[in-house]
Amino acid sequence: MFTWLHPYAKTERAYALCQSLFPYFLSAAILGLVIGLVWGLAFAPPDYQQGDSFRIIYIHVPSAILAMGTYVAMATAGFVGLVWQWKTAYMSMIAIAPVGALMTFISLFTGAAWGKPMWGTWWIWDARLTSQLILLFLYFGVMALYAAFSDKQQAGKAAAIIALVGVINIPIIHYSVEWWNTLHQGSTITKIGRPSIVPEMKWPLLVSIAGFIGLIGTLVLLQLKNVILMREAHRPWVKKLLLTTPTKGGK
Amino acid sequence: MAFSNLSDFLAMGGYGFYVWLSYGISALSIVLYIIFVRVQGKKIISDMYAQQAREARIAKAKAEEKI
Repeated sequence: MFTWLHPYAKTERAYALCQSLFPYFLSAAILGLVIGLVWGLAFAPPDYQQGDSFRIIYIHVPSAILAMGTYVAMATAGFVGLVWQWKTAYMSMIAIAPVGALMTFISLFTGAAWGKPMWGTWWIWDARLTSQLILLFLYFGVMALYAAFSDKQQAGKAAAIIALVGVINIPIIHYSVEWWNTLHQGSTITKIGRPSIVPEMKWPLLVSIAGFIGLIGTLVLLQLKNVILMREAHRPWVKKLLLTTPTKGGK
Repeated sequence: MAFSNLSDFLAMGGYGFYVWLSYGISALSIVLYIIFVRVQGKKIISDMYAQQAREARIAKAKAEEKI
């Protein structure tokens, strides 16, 4: 069923795929972010309770939702690596990790800058905020564990296991606002059938979520290309690609 | 348009500091990340050149030893 995927287990094919996907993600990122953020910042109506401070939502919500989505993608890549022993799967996993950490940082920072004027505090040990902070540490854990092994196949295995164990945090983050009494508000856009956000505010949010997906794709591909080149530096195809001029010491 | 002029837009109804801080730090962190990836990419290439030069030196030394 998945035979079409098999060639991408080869690093050369995976690298070529990164190259060909890159322009699509980049244009989605630029289009989505420019349209979504300008629309959200300048054209969406102010909130009836929060005034213009709610405009932070256009980076806070995309980065927070996608920090979780990115984590699931990373864990899936780790799972594929564990089951089918693909090194390109581990490479994808470790290329996704820093981008996910970046998104988590953005969601935490923008949350703090939104919390200060609305709740009167930058930070509180509330269930949603704490579980999101744990997500950041899980990303760091995956990256640190991967870096700790010099045998990168072993490193991939260890990091994939911690990534899979950490998946338990994803439903905890999602349901934290329902399971516990939190200062953080509940979800407004994912309530099926009864979204509590007006369309004038919702559409720019959906566009900027699309833009963030493009951005994450762009950053992951950039990082994945580096990861592949680093691991495969001794392969002829990498040498042919990168060493365009012979060095002074060479022939 | 939710704002009548540029200074209203920048003021964000009194929340300008928090709104622009959020957008600014987010943009800055993304730009820094891209710079990090590009520096890393350049280092990969320079390391490969260094490795190539090293291999060439070893090959040369071995050839001289034989003579």
